[in-house]
Amino acid sequence: MTVMVQETEPVVLNNSLLQRSRNLQGISFIGLSLPAAMLVAAVLIIPFSWLAWLSLFDAAGNLSTENYVRLLRPAYVDSFLTTFKVAGLVTAICVLLGYPVAYLLSQLPQRATQILMVFVILPFWTSVLVRTYAWLVLLQRQGIINQWLLSSGLISEPLPLVHNMTGTVIGMVHVMLPFLILPLYASMKAIDPVLLRAAANCGASPAQAFRQVFLPLSLSGLSAGIALTFVLCLGFYLTPALLGGGRVAMWSTQIADMVAKFANWGAASALSVVLLVVTGGILWGVNRFMRVPDAWGGKR
Amino acid sequence: MGAGKVSIRHVHKAYGAFKALDGISLDIYPGEFLTLLGPSGSGKTTLLNVIAGFERPDSGSLMVDDVEFITRPPHKRDLGMVFQNYALFPHMDVFDNVAYPLKLRGIDRESIRNRVMGALETVHMDKLEARRIGELSGGQRQRVALARAIVFEPKILLMDEPLSALDKNLREHMQMELKRLHNRLGMTTVYVTHDQQEALTMSDRIAVLDRGRVVQLDTPQNIYDHPNCKFVAGFMGETRFLPVEWRDNSYHLGNRSLRLASQPYCDVNGWLIVRPERLRWAGNAQRDNRIAGKIMDIVYRGDSHLISVSLAGNHEISIRHTGLEGKELPVPGQEIELWLTPEASVVVGDAVQ
Repeated sequence: MTVMVQETEPVVLNNSLLQRSRNLQGISFIGLSLPAAMLVAAVLIIPFSWLAWLSLFDAAGNLSTENYVRLLRPAYVDSFLTTFKVAGLVTAICVLLGYPVAYLLSQLPQRATQILMVFVILPFWTSVLVRTYAWLVLLQRQGIINQWLLSSGLISEPLPLVHNMTGTVIGMVHVMLPFLILPLYASMKAIDPVLLRAAANCGASPAQAFRQVFLPLSLSGLSAGIALTFVLCLGFYLTPALLGGGRVAMWSTQIADMVAKFANWGAASALSVVLLVVTGGILWGVNRFMRVPDAWGGKR
Repeated sequence: MGAGKVSIRHVHKAYGAFKALDGISLDIYPGEFLTLLGPSGSGKTTLLNVIAGFERPDSGSLMVDDVEFITRPPHKRDLGMVFQNYALFPHMDVFDNVAYPLKLRGIDRESIRNRVMGALETVHMDKLEARRIGELSGGQRQRVALARAIVFEPKILLMDEPLSALDKNLREHMQMELKRLHNRLGMTTVYVTHDQQEALTMSDRIAVLDRGRVVQLDTPQNIYDHPNCKFVAGFMGETRFLPVEWRDNSYHLGNRSLRLASQPYCDVNGWLIVRPERLRWAGNAQRDNRIAGKIMDIVYRGDSHLISVSLAGNHEISIRHTGLEGKELPVPGQEIELWLTPEASVVVGDAVQ
């Protein structure tokens, strides 16, 4: 019993019907993304365009490059460099503190990881403002740390721990650490532990296996964490403002001063535009040149 | 330099109340292909990991070429290993993966190049040395993993279900290739699998494991033809069991006395092993054992028909019909008589005697 299509039978391709169903699918996708697209346009693109527009006018309302030329003054250049210095320092400390934590989390059994993870995420659930004031309490001249150091006789004068760079960095590291640990942990968790066994079987000591296998495979998560932390640091306002005590002039505090003290929206806008462009440039550069995920086997 | 002899003595390993290895003792001869065969949870992978140094046993001894290895860290054991999912380094290309053990041994560049290309040639992967691991198929990864395991010429090669992720045709092809490679290189090979066909095809000897013990250790043919207990018999082939009773100095299947060619692996009541390919359509009533039953159903399998036969006492056996028997294909419901020669009639007990 053989079944074959008769040659005389008409050929049915349903081309127009299938095209119609494809179109409908496209329309429904557009429909689903429309609310979000409108929101992005309303709260991001329009205000930013307005900001960029404002930055092109001087205090008298005339079109000029004054706002940008002003940024070349030493005070602003210093502040720009300080911002990068703080961001770099905070990120570096976060890497040193966060890498071992992420490693530990990725190697421990599930239950222990869940418990320890709470300590990493807990700060996320507490307001940054509360945490920053808590650091103020700990670090100030009559704060707990100084009192303890004084009473134990380790120091005779209170250490200047706050209202300076030290306090700013301590507070920022605390806020930023989860942003480094979480992506790093995720990439470490994705490393098959059998690979380390394979390395050992090939003759690699635990240190060699870590350096030659684990570390390279964790770089994608590390670069994501570094980029995230660094970029968040660049625009961070609250903690530097409170713990820096006005002595750490970050780009973000400059912007706030422009608006709050001088009501110079044009200058504040120019600062914002520069920060945004630099941030975007860094993210693009990381994406473009590090391309660490490629190490995972190219085009898959 | 040794020859690749492994002596395992009284190795115990428990995870809480679960005994993964319950006093394993086993000698692996230099150059032999030994398969650890068993169901999941039988301890075969745990035993392999003890040999490789990834599991620390609770007690026991592991001698490799008369040197105690039990506490030696894995990177100082010089054993090649192929992992179940290959465990290739995704951040290195094919060449670097295979070169890794040699680089760690501080071998010079040129020798590394020669030996890596040699190993890749052995596994027919020399054209793909620059590929990324992510660009390889399962079978190709398997070959690279094998090349990495043999490139530093270890005396002992460990393989943990290396073919289980491959499809059936490729698996059978790779079985033959691994077997030939073993014949050529001659390194002691310890192979873990749960696939009885694979074990039978490749091994010099098979150790059947169950609940952390070696149940039977013998050549593939002896394991298949003369299993020493019901567990081993059930693990090999499409085995059915018929209960036999010990009375009047012989075993009885129903009310018929059984004729056996070999000493049964059983004291009192036991089981007669019935496999489709051992049953005959015709026999000699004076010499062979007769089994009467009724055809239940017939399934076409391409190379043969598989025929299920129900026996008295709600038992079921099956037999193949290839068309070469000189018998017509029966129909369901038909009463038939099947035969087992004394040589094909093996009686086993529930446990090893």
